[in-house]
Amino acid sequence: MLEAMVFYILAAALVTFGLLMITRTNPISGAMTMVGAFGALAGLYATLSASFVSIIQILVYAGGIMVLVIFVIMLLNMHPDDLKPMKAQPFWVVLALLAGVTTILAPILFCVLPNRDFTWSELTPGFGTLTAVGEKIFSDFIFPFEVLSLVLLTAVIGALVLAKRKL
Amino acid sequence: MELYPITPNHYLALSAVLFTIGIAGVLTRKNVFLTLMSLELMLNAVNLSFVTFAKVRGDMAGHVFVLFVVSIAAAEACVGLAIVIALFRLKETVNLDMFKSLKD
Repeated sequence: MLEAMVFYILAAALVTFGLLMITRTNPISGAMTMVGAFGALAGLYATLSASFVSIIQILVYAGGIMVLVIFVIMLLNMHPDDLKPMKAQPFWVVLALLAGVTTILAPILFCVLPNRDFTWSELTPGFGTLTAVGEKIFSDFIFPFEVLSLVLLTAVIGALVLAKRKL
Repeated sequence: MELYPITPNHYLALSAVLFTIGIAGVLTRKNVFLTLMSLELMLNAVNLSFVTFAKVRGDMAGHVFVLFVVSIAAAEACVGLAIVIALFRLKETVNLDMFKSLKD
């Protein structure tokens, strides 16, 4: 019962923060609601017995990526016009959006999920802890892990080249 | 789908709803920062299904994949924000409607 209550509270918080985020006009308030959404997601990961992923969600997303976004928002000397609501989308975009939402969401919610009986499996002791995930990364996923370091290096160099005035 | 007990389907439905919110944000927002943040929301919706299926299958490969997606999201935010800075230097605005030199 407690598990269900925690799930519904976190899910409600997540959807509320998400909807608040896409309706903000000020990017700073958007970033702040986004931090709330990431906090709720970290709680959901914890209920799925993924403790390490939950901590990484807080550390990297709320602590790293959102700080970077807020830093850049404050770095740019934005004109007050950029904080006002921008010109609305044309009607056909909204119509296409509604159609897309219906075609994606409705089949998943009303056809696929009720007919698939996913059940939780028996978990091994220590499932989702730092030790277990670390063993998995450094045994089965060592090559993708090494490639990832190259991706991050490329991102750092690319960001420098793009954002620097003169090289 | 009953409200109680919580099955994997609840998490998957939440993930679908979150992904749709992200798509709606990307398509309707004109501020480049809000568009980027909606993209992050979509990535997070996918991560939620990964973690759900990791628990369904009892296999931690899903967690590893989520960690990889988070790293790629960090790289994407880093390069994306650098592009925003370069564009802002050029156009003095963050309105996506102004970035259409390739279209004209």
